Amino acid sequence: MRELEYPFDSEYILKKAKSIKKALLADGSSRIRKKIAVLGGSTTHDIVKVLELFLLHYGIEPQFYESEYAQYWQDAMFDNAELKEFAPDMIYIHTSNRNVQEYPELSDTAETVEALLDKSYRHYEVMWDKLQESYHCPIIQNNFEYPFYRLLGNKEVSDIHGRISFLNRLNERFYRYAREHNHFYINDINYLSACYGLDKWADPFYWHMYKYALCLPAVPALSFNIANIIKSIYGKNKKALVLDLDNTLWGGVVGDDGAENLEIGQETSMGQVYSEFQGYLKRQKDIGIMLNISSKNEEENAMAGLKHPDGTLKPEDFVLIKANWEPKSNNVAKIASELNIMQDSLVFVDDNPAEREIVRSSLQGVSVPEVTSPEQYIRILDHSGFFEVTSLSEDDRLRSEMYKANMERKKEQESFGSYEDYLHSLDMKGVIKPFESLYMARIAQLTNKSNQFNLTTRRYTQAEIEQIAADSSYITLYGKLEDKFGDNGVVSVLIGHREGGLLHMDLWLMSCRVLKRDMEYAMLDTLVHTCAKKGIGGIKGYYYPTAKNKMVENFYALMGFKLEKTDEDGSTVWYYEIEADYANKNKVIKVVEA
Amino acid sequence: MTREAAYEKLNEVFRDVFDDEEIVVNDSTTSSDIEDWDSLEHINLVSAVEQAFGIKFSMGQVVTMKNVGEMVDIILGQVD
Repeated sequence: MRELEYPFDSEYILKKAKSIKKALLADGSSRIRKKIAVLGGSTTHDIVKVLELFLLHYGIEPQFYESEYAQYWQDAMFDNAELKEFAPDMIYIHTSNRNVQEYPELSDTAETVEALLDKSYRHYEVMWDKLQESYHCPIIQNNFEYPFYRLLGNKEVSDIHGRISFLNRLNERFYRYAREHNHFYINDINYLSACYGLDKWADPFYWHMYKYALCLPAVPALSFNIANIIKSIYGKNKKALVLDLDNTLWGGVVGDDGAENLEIGQETSMGQVYSEFQGYLKRQKDIGIMLNISSKNEEENAMAGLKHPDGTLKPEDFVLIKANWEPKSNNVAKIASELNIMQDSLVFVDDNPAEREIVRSSLQGVSVPEVTSPEQYIRILDHSGFFEVTSLSEDDRLRSEMYKANMERKKEQESFGSYEDYLHSLDMKGVIKPFESLYMARIAQLTNKSNQFNLTTRRYTQAEIEQIAADSSYITLYGKLEDKFGDNGVVSVLIGHREGGLLHMDLWLMSCRVLKRDMEYAMLDTLVHTCAKKGIGGIKGYYYPTAKNKMVENFYALMGFKLEKTDEDGSTVWYYEIEADYANKNKVIKVVEA
Repeated sequence: MTREAAYEKLNEVFRDVFDDEEIVVNDSTTSSDIEDWDSLEHINLVSAVEQAFGIKFSMGQVVTMKNVGEMVDIILGQVD
């Protein structure tokens, strides 16, 4: 819904919350359901109300538990039957500097301040530990925003007695906890309030009137930020950018003006603006966002522009470059299909409002931010939260390279007589083992991101993955695949639970980047070996249809399972009898097992 | 701005906030007359009224306002 995309009209959202919610619920889209506990240190009513809208917009249907006014700590620390029963998937703790109970006195010694800092921090740390132990779910915690006045003026930030100094140090302790705990995320209200304007954000009217720690009009900005963290945890981030060239990546039209006359580089102020934007995009690539081009240009001109000596982005920074005269909507759709990702994983950036409209109206789910003038491009892309980072794996860093290696594989495939020859030529090496701590983040990420090659589409948090890995009634396998073009990283994940002599498959997924490489057979081989070792005689497979996983409707049949049952909704149950003389089905991947 | 014009605008704000196209308010309307008008929705209402009229209520005003009539008095005192 356009009204919920950055930059949104906060007053409108607050005023129209009820009708926006109705419209979202009536739009017929499918959503994952999540239970979110909001533990507040101040009023949270409208925060929850608006958070619901943003989450619905992101494809998440939340159910909320909201603590009584300012009961965040009591709710967390003491037995709470209601919260236990609610069994949250996620906990958000909305505290602010209004919850800091004690600040340093001017007469305090450095040791006293240090002790107070420690005491203030422990108040939170015991709560997080307790919540983690009781609920095993991700926690989102506000940091502290600055107070709206400074008793010591500018010295407030450097003097140990200053409240700003104190809050900064407290925040730093929070961040350290975040660095050391995987399922713990900081909601940076210190940054948000700075962006919003602290004097407005902290307007005491709202505290004394309604016990809101921030002004009401700032609530959508806060809720949006929380929603971005949540949707990122559930794998709903965007994955790739599709960028226009002329007047988007540089100033001028390369076909008319010639590459040498483009505005890029340090010579002119406009050139500097585009350089800064290119630099920003290059860093997006480093966090795993795939950069692509869709430009109405002769390819030769597009390449000449991209090879401009003052440009930060070079042709090799892009996965796909589509420079032609076809409608951009066609090119954008092609990019999605060639990258093997869903259209709704794309963000389209173009200075031309007409192109934006075509893409927006003909391609569902593609995000098309209203980029206005070039000096605002970075802010708009950045604050839209498309790529909110909640975990950063090695895979993210190398993603563009992996996809490019895929393109090369495709080219080579065309030069082989038979497909099997081609697969042999790839020199594939697989590692298939039970979940290991090194890969927990990536495994959780895959369970949340994979839609197409996913038999049950069960989503797991990292905490759940770790629990399952430690539980001996489960069999878990991850599969890594490497070939002569590069390392694909972890691409397949299996989870099964044992009941008597049978293994029930809770999850079987594979990344589409390794389709048709026989990796699924290699996974089955290892699964069968593992079962045989544990005395399991048969495997039950389950397929639950979704809007996106038709591709694997007959997967179990291909794997040699027998169909046992078909439900009205198309769900199927399959059975595989493990024979003593099982012969490996994979013949092209050299596999290392545990 | 006339009192009638203020009411016309105010009715729209009430209808938006409480998502009810039937609402008509007058001088003596209070929170007990509108089903969803509780202390939490009151926050939104005040904010939406401020926005619609381009005014800002002080805390003293919000605290003492007894009915919609008094709200309109304050609005008319602040707009030209």
